[in-house]
Amino acid sequence: MSPNILVFSDQDEGSYELLTKAAEFAPQLGEAWTLVLGKGEEKTIQSLLKYGAKRILTVPEADPSKIDSESLAFVLSEIAKHDGPDILLIRSSRLGKETAGRIAQKLQAGCITDAIGLEIKGAELIAHRYALGGNTISSETIATKKKIISVMPGSFEAHTVPPAGEVKVMDLAMPTPRVQVVEHRKKAAESANIESAETLVCVGQGISKKEDLAMINELCTVLHAELGSTRPIASDLHWVSEDRMVGISGKKCKPKFHYSIGVSGQIQHTVGVMSSKLIVAINKDKDAPIFKIADYGIVGDLYQAVPELTQRLKTAAG
Amino acid sequence: MNIIVCMKQVVDLQQIRIKRDTREPVLEGLPVQLGDMDKNALEEAVKLKEKHGAKVTVLSVGSLKLKETILQALAMGADDASIVVDPTCDGSDPASTALTLAAAVKKIGLPDLILFGEGSTDNYSGQICPRVAEILGLPQITYVRELSIENGTVTGVRDMENTLDVVKAGLPLAVSVTSEINKPRRPPLTQILRASRKPLNTWTLSDLGITAEMVGVTSSVRVISNLAPEQERKGIIFEGDVAEAVGKMAEALRKEGAVV
Repeated sequence: MSPNILVFSDQDEGSYELLTKAAEFAPQLGEAWTLVLGKGEEKTIQSLLKYGAKRILTVPEADPSKIDSESLAFVLSEIAKHDGPDILLIRSSRLGKETAGRIAQKLQAGCITDAIGLEIKGAELIAHRYALGGNTISSETIATKKKIISVMPGSFEAHTVPPAGEVKVMDLAMPTPRVQVVEHRKKAAESANIESAETLVCVGQGISKKEDLAMINELCTVLHAELGSTRPIASDLHWVSEDRMVGISGKKCKPKFHYSIGVSGQIQHTVGVMSSKLIVAINKDKDAPIFKIADYGIVGDLYQAVPELTQRLKTAAG
Repeated sequence: MNIIVCMKQVVDLQQIRIKRDTREPVLEGLPVQLGDMDKNALEEAVKLKEKHGAKVTVLSVGSLKLKETILQALAMGADDASIVVDPTCDGSDPASTALTLAAAVKKIGLPDLILFGEGSTDNYSGQICPRVAEILGLPQITYVRELSIENGTVTGVRDMENTLDVVKAGLPLAVSVTSEINKPRRPPLTQILRASRKPLNTWTLSDLGITAEMVGVTSSVRVISNLAPEQERKGIIFEGDVAEAVGKMAEALRKEGAVV
């Protein structure tokens, strides 16, 4: 019997890439299923079918805006126990990731979080994830029958297929949640779309005050680049909004061209830009780790180098 | 109120060298320290203690060096510490670590609050808090950046992707915190000196009734390989006169097609 794969994402679009990947494994691992909390709007159902869902399970009793990880783990484990999908692919959002751990424990299953790639070798499903703070990539396989994997958003491409699936409504009474979601406060955001930027400029603590970002923004304009930052610049100093934070706890970006300005190159940050095609670094410390991953680097004062570079590129473009 | 803070000893990640020929990481002889966000968890526990009065116990699972490493946690304000030291504990999978921690929590006595960092600095699996919570039958609130307790009700502000979620739960509870929640204190010398006089329990796995079969060997996740990513960077670094360096850089960028 095929193990089947159940896909879950706490936002609809997040399911698409996971469904595409699951469908790719169908010959070895069986059907791609997905879970929808709530009744499931027609639009949602149609798009899930379009991305290859063979079975869509809806849980009308569950309220997606109020659900906590314990209740979500309950729903997923009920499905895994009774309907038998052995593999769970969960979008590694924060809710997804914490639920992955919880359901894995519920099912006594092995779990891999933040996978950046999946492949089948022989009969084994192998997940790749960063380890040792991003110094290495660990390739791992789960030894238990039930396998829980949370996948970093943006790891795969999503493709549509001719819809050929069914909807199954689950009559599941939800337990009273022990954690109450009282409010969703909107974060101050600049709606930065740094994950899909072709050119990215990241700043670190080499910048000495917020006003100096004006100089960096000028460079961004010339390069048609989005601005990103290390964690301290966003979350401690609040010089940029947190949706611009790049790294293991922030966003993972895959720009063609990445410029790293005044960034020392701590692995927790650089892991977010490792897949850039070209990395350019400017830092005054010639021993800064950033130069180890740079294609081109300037050892020097960024306050001199950045305006100079902006000027040169302007002239070249002009 | 009793609080247990779970902390992990990790190697200094900045000092990891990669073997050029095999891409293997070299971990031997590296200095170890407590995980970054674990320190935030401890700091939050000590702040709660200062505000409400509490006993703060630090719990950690690891190898021999842990005896020294844990002194820092005691210096930062924990009242006592329990460590589980076993050669199989280093690098064990999250399921085994959670099993061991949960058994140790039971031995200490179930507290009102168990605090964790949102993830370890090295592996960042984020599985430990939810797994321990599940084993102990506790609700969990993860990724907390603001925490308060009033009349037995915990209010946490969770740092989600696009929102800050305000949630409420009762005690006992498992909570994981992000680095935004506080700035861990640097203990003064007097506290560092006093740390070694605070109670420290050292247990083995068998003290907790855990056999080798339950952890390690039958680990639920098998690591096939763990290597530095292959990367071929050009590594062309310009030094010296900045204006000159920028000139060369601009030229190189033009050739790479990075600028028109």
